[in-house]
Amino acid sequence: MTTTIKPATDVLENKEPKVKGPKASVYKTNQLNLWYGSNHALKNIDLDIKENEVTAIIGPSGCGKSTYIKTLNRMIETIPSVKTSGEIIYRDRNIFGKDYQVEELRTKVGMVFQKPNPFPKSIYDNIAYGPRIHGIKNKKILDEIVEKSLRGAAIWDEVKDRLQENAYGLSGGQQQRICIARCLAIEPDVILMDEPTSALDPISTLKVEELVQDLKKDYSIIIVTHNMQQAARISDKTAFFLNGEVVEYDETDKIFSNPSDSRTEDYISGRFG
Amino acid sequence: MAMNEPKQVSVQDLIAQKSNRGLLAFIEKLIPKLLLAIAAVSVLTTIGIVLTLIVETTIFFSRVSVFDFLTGTEWYPFANSTPTYGILPLIVGTLKIAGIATVVAVPIGIATAIFLSEYASDRVRRIVKPVLEVLAGVPTIVYGYFALTFVTPILRSMFPEIAIFNAISPGIVVGIMIIPMIASLSEDAMSSVPNAMRDGAYALGSTKLEVALKIVLPAALSGIVASTVLAISRAIGETMIVALAAGSTPGFNLDVTGSIQTMTAYIVQVTTGDAGYGTTIYYSIYAVGFTLFLFTLFMNMLAQFISKRFREEY
Repeated sequence: MTTTIKPATDVLENKEPKVKGPKASVYKTNQLNLWYGSNHALKNIDLDIKENEVTAIIGPSGCGKSTYIKTLNRMIETIPSVKTSGEIIYRDRNIFGKDYQVEELRTKVGMVFQKPNPFPKSIYDNIAYGPRIHGIKNKKILDEIVEKSLRGAAIWDEVKDRLQENAYGLSGGQQQRICIARCLAIEPDVILMDEPTSALDPISTLKVEELVQDLKKDYSIIIVTHNMQQAARISDKTAFFLNGEVVEYDETDKIFSNPSDSRTEDYISGRFG
Repeated sequence: MAMNEPKQVSVQDLIAQKSNRGLLAFIEKLIPKLLLAIAAVSVLTTIGIVLTLIVETTIFFSRVSVFDFLTGTEWYPFANSTPTYGILPLIVGTLKIAGIATVVAVPIGIATAIFLSEYASDRVRRIVKPVLEVLAGVPTIVYGYFALTFVTPILRSMFPEIAIFNAISPGIVVGIMIIPMIASLSEDAMSSVPNAMRDGAYALGSTKLEVALKIVLPAALSGIVASTVLAISRAIGETMIVALAAGSTPGFNLDVTGSIQTMTAYIVQVTTGDAGYGTTIYYSIYAVGFTLFLFTLFMNMLAQFISKRFREEY
């Protein structure tokens, strides 16, 4: 009868995330502000995102949710007029730190975009691209990575006989799962998803949602979504953004059943947005 | 009361008054025919040129055998006793120029395109692109003198064995002439690669160079190759630079330091000289011109084929 209880040290050693207890933070955002030129797009954001959870970011158009997620892997810097203040601590290091190479950050933090954007290459080369640029050249290892990643993105059975065909021959939903597989191929720590299903049909959306649930075991997932039902279905925590501020951040169940801010309630009940 | 109210105007009535349906219908019928006639001008001109070439070339081949023309390695049309018309030396001369030009222009052109499309800021691009286009607009005779009076002396000071008229100097200058064409068309092809693809690569931790070389370049490859083939076609047809700086000694060899003659330069030599109408030499320029035409036609078709066949779909 005592064997059913796992000793606490064992839990730590196995890093078993499913066992209840305080989860480690993957991202800590402290007083983040962001401007596009003179437009103040993110205002004093404080968020603590835990590992091996799905964190949903919801809010109406223009609330800064996409801006925020793109700041987490510094993709926002492709826009020249962007300025930031404050800090984002990823695993104990400030990503805005001078010695932090952006390529290093993005190798740890993968991203799936709103519109599927596979490279105009074969399915195989799409998946192998990431490992290859990071120096993995061995054909056998690459083969294994490709299969594992495609299986991980639940698309292996659909494409295993056509790995050398152009990824653009696939349907939109399949392309998006290829993009997820491409992301898994470098085994990142975090996966950022910027409205990954907004360009997909309902069946493909369902598949991607199931996939997100699956991936949670091994990855921390931050997902921006327009779709409140989606956030309610798949996330553990939800942050509600409005006009560049975090209005409320809590357990998803609480946000959707008993929000503490009236603006959150107005939004989730469809009064605006 | 009723007087003060503005008179009700029916727009439909006004349209009915103004309309001139008969004339409009007539113009509508006429316009396509007129435009077709205008479009036909260039098509008919092309057909006319090709027909002229064929007719005069046929006369030439009634005097010189096609086999000797295509396989002969000696081109001495001005020899008094037994003129020979073997076109291979002229083709070799043309290929030397085109080859040197390609070696010069392709790396510089593509590197320029990568810089403009992937690295340059909007401001730099706005300055550099027009400058490139100015370079493309310089008259070729200016390039010719540039080769003869600037590039050749520099080359000769470094390598004294180079003759005053040679292949290397005009080859380099023809290369410079076609750089803007390769750079500009390749830049267009690379800029039209969607940013979503670059983002996908950046998000995997790619550096700028990796994105340029492994994502953008392959995606734009068909446009880049097509622009290169078109530019080589320009180099093959280039006349003024080679006529001025390459000399007029057709030779069947691989030497680039001495005087050569290209197909185009031969045609210039004959038309500016005193070969009489109706002589074999006179007809030979049509045969050479026809050969040149086939070369450039082939290159242009190759460019079209490449840009269609090897397009990476996205």
